[in-house]
Amino acid sequence: MTEKPTEQTIETEVLIIGGGVTGAGIMRDLSLRGIQTLLIDKKDLCAGASGGNHGLLHSGSRYVFSDLHSAIECRRESTILKHIAPQCIEETGGLFVAVAGDDPEFAENFGSKCEPAGIECTPISTSKARELEPLLSDRLFKAYRVPDATVDPFHLALLNVAHAEMVNGSSFRPHTEILSFICKNGKIEAAICRDNRTQSTITVRAGQYVNAGGAWAMDIAHMANCKDVNLLYSKGTLLVSHDRLTTHVVNRLRPPGDGDILVPGGTVSVLGTTSLRVDDLTTVKPTVAEIDINVREGTAMIPALATARYIRAFSGVRPLLQSADNADDREVTRGFALLDHSSQNLSNFCTITGGKLTTYRLMAEKTSDLIAERMHNSKPCQTHTTSLPDEESCRWTEPGASPKYWYRANDPEDMILCECEMVPQSAIDEIITDAPGAEDEMNLEAIALRSRAGKGPCQGSFCGIRITSHLYDRGHYHDKTGLIHMRDFFNERFKGMRTIIWGQQAAQMELAEALHCGLLGLNNLEDD
Amino acid sequence: MIEEARHFTAELAVIGSGLAGFAASIFALNRNIKTAQIGNTGAIAYTTGYLDLLGSLAPDYAASIEDPWQGLELLRSSYPEHPLCRIPQTDIHTAFEQFTGFLGECGISYSSPGKTNARVLTPAGTLKPTLCMPATMQIGTTAFSRQEPCVIIDFKGLKGFSSSQIAANLKDQWPELRNTTIEFPDMSLGEIYPEVMARALEVPETREKLAKILVGAAGETKIIGLPAILGMHSPDLVRKEMEQLTGLEIFEIPTMPPSVPGIRLREMFEQLFPQKGITLIPQQKVDKLKIEQDGARLFLSDSFGPITVDAKSVILATGRFLSGGLEASIDGITEPLLNLPVTQPGSREEWYREKYTDRRGHEINKAGIEVDASFRPLDNNGAPYSNNLFAAGVILAHQDWIRGRCGAGVAIATAYKAVEEVEKYLS
Repeated sequence: MTEKPTEQTIETEVLIIGGGVTGAGIMRDLSLRGIQTLLIDKKDLCAGASGGNHGLLHSGSRYVFSDLHSAIECRRESTILKHIAPQCIEETGGLFVAVAGDDPEFAENFGSKCEPAGIECTPISTSKARELEPLLSDRLFKAYRVPDATVDPFHLALLNVAHAEMVNGSSFRPHTEILSFICKNGKIEAAICRDNRTQSTITVRAGQYVNAGGAWAMDIAHMANCKDVNLLYSKGTLLVSHDRLTTHVVNRLRPPGDGDILVPGGTVSVLGTTSLRVDDLTTVKPTVAEIDINVREGTAMIPALATARYIRAFSGVRPLLQSADNADDREVTRGFALLDHSSQNLSNFCTITGGKLTTYRLMAEKTSDLIAERMHNSKPCQTHTTSLPDEESCRWTEPGASPKYWYRANDPEDMILCECEMVPQSAIDEIITDAPGAEDEMNLEAIALRSRAGKGPCQGSFCGIRITSHLYDRGHYHDKTGLIHMRDFFNERFKGMRTIIWGQQAAQMELAEALHCGLLGLNNLEDD
Repeated sequence: MIEEARHFTAELAVIGSGLAGFAASIFALNRNIKTAQIGNTGAIAYTTGYLDLLGSLAPDYAASIEDPWQGLELLRSSYPEHPLCRIPQTDIHTAFEQFTGFLGECGISYSSPGKTNARVLTPAGTLKPTLCMPATMQIGTTAFSRQEPCVIIDFKGLKGFSSSQIAANLKDQWPELRNTTIEFPDMSLGEIYPEVMARALEVPETREKLAKILVGAAGETKIIGLPAILGMHSPDLVRKEMEQLTGLEIFEIPTMPPSVPGIRLREMFEQLFPQKGITLIPQQKVDKLKIEQDGARLFLSDSFGPITVDAKSVILATGRFLSGGLEASIDGITEPLLNLPVTQPGSREEWYREKYTDRRGHEINKAGIEVDASFRPLDNNGAPYSNNLFAAGVILAHQDWIRGRCGAGVAIATAYKAVEEVEKYLS
């Protein structure tokens, strides 16, 4: 941490910028074609929209009114993912429901709109819908079943990276930010990066450069003087409830709007989503007004949402491709674009942007096709048929999985450090040694991203302390760094709690602050 | 099971079983007021045993205050609404003396309130300012200030208490500090808990076994620090005997809550209050409170049936969100028992600052109920809700006990004041 900034040069065949699911997917796709890559992210895996969404694996039905092309893409891709990555997916099924006050004609047409997209959509009686989901409002007047599912984007990204690392030694570097490109004779010669932990400079020399920066793709393209990436930013805010309220994904059957979807995720449910145009990506965070509108709107569909206990809120930014007419951001195409930048006089740079979690694999495939062609590699894409192999150190993100492994191992010496989510110390040890992106100065946020630690009702306020103590015992820390990491972790978790602290969470917060600030004095730590 | 209605009468009903509630009962006992104390055992098991009067000052709560009495003077000029500013310093001092004196008589000795704050150890290896501490923790503070060689000892299987963490964080300020890990006698496998260890140390045989291990772990060093596990009911005796057995000086450091020093206080109160003539119903929440001109009636029930308590006067010491004295909903903050008006920020957006550890603290922590000069809660018109209703503790508005490190100060001082006013009312 105190070492002097040093210069380092790394050579690789392809540099991929952006550790979302798309970047991770490109890394794996290229590795299966025998191409060696380096994936970098200024923060960590899924730090942007890949982690800031519902975890919905779209059947495509949400898009049948506005964007038939996207609907078909979603239908195809979700089918593929259910085959190649079942360990990251729960086939929950989905419901579309209309409640009193919603447009009856819209609701009536839904079934016939799904047909041309090839989406299996079955009308069911409202009593059947309430039998499937007892918390649904009694003011329902129309209901359909669709093959929606849920996906754990963290597990998915980790497995993509782990597989690529295994296949051909491709590698991932977290907290490595692109600063500039050196361009010469129509090519990028090098990318100048900074390690945000050590502040050291890293020069990456690659044959091909891929911009998979998600919402930041436009900024990254500008660094290479490419003016052909035009994005709009639409911020969405979501809430996580303490309990899982439904077994299915429940969608409101009306044109897309606030608070119109509730997606289960393991032991919790995620309610969303607002849509707000933003210009500045650095200040994106949930607001009280967005929370209130999601709860109010969601309550029409599921009245229990009014009194549910919420443990977290978060915001993500949808990068939308700019088109001429975009009155409502939710109506803008959710398709993706691959820009080869030949019009910008660069022959070894491309940008993949737009799209959505469900179509990440296809986005990776198209990008990899372009890279392979440029490198005269004729191996075809394999990711639509090759299953994503399991990797032990990546398994800790799955809700409810930790207790299973812990119970099975039956080791009395293996203590539970996160009591809400039952994460044992063996999981922490495995993550800091073996997980993709593991490193010496790995902090609590990085550990939490690779596990369920801190995801329960206490949001890390207790396990943060226990894990830190464990890491001191293990010799991971030798000075105040552990306390600073702990404080930073609590500050980071708080961002997601700030707008939903009422009811039992207010009591939880009072206890946490009394412990962290009243007793331990983390508010008075001197910075390093 | 036959349900039987039970009925109690008292001159004073104290609602709340946190530090403020227990302090109020002790002060009432000292004034010979017939008292009944009712209400959930709130956050007392979460206390560390340290009794803070005032440790930091607004607006940035940064530097620790060395002299809390001088700190109170500064607070009086900068923040006169603070409950501690509405009580004479001599009364605050008397309140601390009476409170710690009572604890000492009952077997848990405390340091008496001095002129300055002590810097005491936390389980993270940081230091915090406090006014009074349990006698079992005092050696640690003196050893640190004298920079004497010391070994912090932790136990295999005890989570959240790492002697390497404490030593790593204090090494710059205390070069003579070392650390080691040992096994607790007869608990070598799996997870162990401070409460279980403390109860085990009530048994002489366990003390002898542990003493042998401690001597080995201390080596040449004469002072050792342990997590707070030295007995549950007579910590002073346990510590003294451990010192005799080992020939070492021994002190305790609080563990993560719920920690043994908090449980000690709770169990001691629960055991001794009934013996001293206080009607104590600590595990039940008061469902309803009816206040009338000449008296009050409390309604509650347990598994044996309904209970009513009639009292001439009431002290509301129900705490904040953690103990249920205040409730936060999506629409605002309320006081659930009497629906007293709660002073609070204009909207939920203002409850918390953007950054958790923002040095200025969060506005929600200053929310609470208003009282008049006699510590009687005010109604919507700004008049006392009733002549016989008083309030004490952190339910009061205009204080941030967490950042100000004044939780025990607010609890003990306002309880003292409220009981004084109750006595005036009763006569």
